[in-house]
Amino acid sequence: MTHDLTLSRRSLLATGGAGAVGALLPGVALAQRAKPVTLLNVSYDPTRELYKDINAAYIDYWKGRTGQVLTIQQSHGGSGKQARSVIDGLQADVVTLALAADIDEIATRAKLLPANWQTRLPNNSTPYTSTIVFLVRKGNPWKVRDWPDLVKPGIGVITANPKTSGGARWAYLAAYAAAAKAGGGDAAAQAYMSKLFKNVPVLDTGARGATTTFAQRRIGDVLLSWENEAYLTLDEFGPNFDIVYPSSSILAEPPVALIDKNVDRHKTREQATGYLNFLYSPRAQDIIGKHHFRPREAAAAAKYAASFKPIPLVTIDGAFGGWKKAQATHFADGGVFDKIYKPS
Amino acid sequence: MTDFVASPPVIRPGGTVRPRPRRWKEHSILPGFGLSLGVTLIYLGLIVLLPLGVLAMRPWEIGLDGIVRTLTDARVAAALKITFGISFLAALTNGPLGLLIAWTLTRYEFPGRRIMDALVDLPFALPTAVAGIALTTLYAPTGPLGALAAKIGIKTAYSPLGIFIALVFIGLPFVVRSIQPVLQDLDRGVEEAAQTLGATDLQRIAYVVIPALGPAILSGISLAFARAVGEYGSVIFIAGNMPMKTEIAPLLIVIKLEQYDYAGAAAIGVAMVAISFGALIGMNILQMALARRGRT
Repeated sequence: MTHDLTLSRRSLLATGGAGAVGALLPGVALAQRAKPVTLLNVSYDPTRELYKDINAAYIDYWKGRTGQVLTIQQSHGGSGKQARSVIDGLQADVVTLALAADIDEIATRAKLLPANWQTRLPNNSTPYTSTIVFLVRKGNPWKVRDWPDLVKPGIGVITANPKTSGGARWAYLAAYAAAAKAGGGDAAAQAYMSKLFKNVPVLDTGARGATTTFAQRRIGDVLLSWENEAYLTLDEFGPNFDIVYPSSSILAEPPVALIDKNVDRHKTREQATGYLNFLYSPRAQDIIGKHHFRPREAAAAAKYAASFKPIPLVTIDGAFGGWKKAQATHFADGGVFDKIYKPS
Repeated sequence: MTDFVASPPVIRPGGTVRPRPRRWKEHSILPGFGLSLGVTLIYLGLIVLLPLGVLAMRPWEIGLDGIVRTLTDARVAAALKITFGISFLAALTNGPLGLLIAWTLTRYEFPGRRIMDALVDLPFALPTAVAGIALTTLYAPTGPLGALAAKIGIKTAYSPLGIFIALVFIGLPFVVRSIQPVLQDLDRGVEEAAQTLGATDLQRIAYVVIPALGPAILSGISLAFARAVGEYGSVIFIAGNMPMKTEIAPLLIVIKLEQYDYAGAAAIGVAMVAISFGALIGMNILQMALARRGRT
C-alpha cells in the first residue's frame, strides 16, 4: 500500500499537467487526487442494502468535491466475526459494526485505533439507531403482543445465537431487560430467558440466517428481528408477515469507527474520515431513514417518523451498565446465556 | 553398501510373490532417493506438520488446567460426542451402501451407468454450503421430504438426524471411490474358480469378494469418517445448532473464535486432531489385519 503511494507521486511528477486540475481544487493534496482510491468498509449483516446506497451517494459527493474517483468495497457478516477479521489483518479503513463491544475488541486486542474511539464522532459514534421488534406470520395467529407471549408453551421463537450475532445479542438484552422490568429482578429475568430459549428450535449464527429460517423455511412463529430487517422482510415477502412492536425494547446503537493504523498505511485518512462524517449529513441520513434505520438528524427522523413506532427503549448503559459488563455477565463462557443451555 | 544385490522376493504361503520392501540404506536401482526424500520431508513438514504444530502451541496460553476445563465443559463434551458419534455412524452407513453402489457401477452394464458413475462425485465437487442449503430445503419441515417425515413423526432437519443426513451425503464418494478400483482389478477368475468348486453365490461373496475388498471398504469408511469429523459448511445449515443437542465441534470452534477465545478454540481443535488420529490409527491396524487375512 505504501508502494502505491510512491507510485502515485512519481506518476504525478511525470504528468505535471495534473497540476492544472489541482489548481481548480485547492485544499486537497495533489497526490491524493491523482489516483483513484479504494476504501474498505467492514460492516455487519443487515446493512448490505443500506451501504450500497450510501456508498453510491458518497462516491458522487466526493467526486463533486475533489474530483477524485473512489471505489468503496463492502464486507458483511456477523459482527463478531467481522471484528475478528479486522483484528486478524483484514485491511478495513472503516468499520461499521452492530455493537461497540466489537470495536472495543479491535482497539484493545489489535490496537488499531485509540481506546476513546467512541468519543471522536457525534452521538457516541452512532450515526443511526435501531431496535428489536417482533415479526409474526400474517394475522398474528399466536396473538403475540409483548415479551411475556414469547414463553407460551408450544410457540416457536426464532433468533440467532447471541454469541455470534450482534443483532441476537441486542434481542437477548431487550428480552432480558423487559423481563427484569416486569418485576422479580435478575432471578425472574433468568427464569424467563431460560423459558424463552426453550422455545427456540434453531440457532443460526447470524441475523440474516435467522431471517431466512423464519421467512423462507417458515420455521417458528415469531422472529426477534432488527427493526430494519423486519421492514426489509415485509418488502421482500410482502403480505406474509406482520410487524409487532412490544411494549418496550432496547435502543441499539451500531457504531462506526475509523481504523487509524490502516488508513495511515493506505493514506486514506482523508477519504475515510469524510466517509464517516458523510453518514451524519442530511443526504446520508435520508438514505438511512429510507432503509428503516432510525436517523439521528431531526429532519430525516421526522420524514420517516411514521415507520418508527415510538416505544420506550432501554439503553445498554442504563439497564446493563455498559457493554463490557453486559458482555461479561451474559455472553462470556459460563455466563447467563451458557447457563440456559447447561443441564442442571 | 550392498551394491546390486537384490533382496530375494518373498514367497508367501498363499503363493503370491511380492517384491520385498527396500531397506534403509540399501541401494535402489532408481536414482534420486536422497532428493525425493528431502522434498517429501520438506513438503510434508510445511503443508502438514507446521500448521499442526502451530495449532498445538496455541492452547497452552491458558495452561493445562485451562485446557482440561475447556474440554470437560459440558457443552464442549457434548459437541465432541455429537461430532464423532454421528460421523462414525454416517461413515458406517456408507460402508455397505457404498459397496453396493461400487458393485453396481463396476459389475453391471446398463444404460446411464456412466452418468450415475459421474453423479457419485457430485458431493466432492459441490461447495459444502450449497449442499447444506439444498439438503435443508429438502428436509426442513416445509420441504418435500421433511414434510413427509414430519407426517410420520420424524424430525429430519434441525435434529441429529439432519447432521447424519449431511454427513452421509458428503461421505459417500469416499467409500465408492475407494472400493471401485479394487473391485475392477479383482480377478474374476478366482470367483469363477470358486463357482466351479461348487461355492454358492453367497459363499462366493462372503469368502472370496468381501475379504478381498475388506481393506478398501475400511479405508473408504475411515476417509469418510475423517472428512465428516471436520465437516462444517453443509452441517451448520441443517443442524439447528442447539447447544448440547445439535451443536457440532467445528461450530463450537468458530463460536469460541468469535468470542476471541483463541486458546479455547485451539484446545478443541487439538482434541479433535488427537481423537481423529487415534481413530484412524485404529482403523489402519484393523485394515492391516484384514489385509493379512485376505492374502493368506
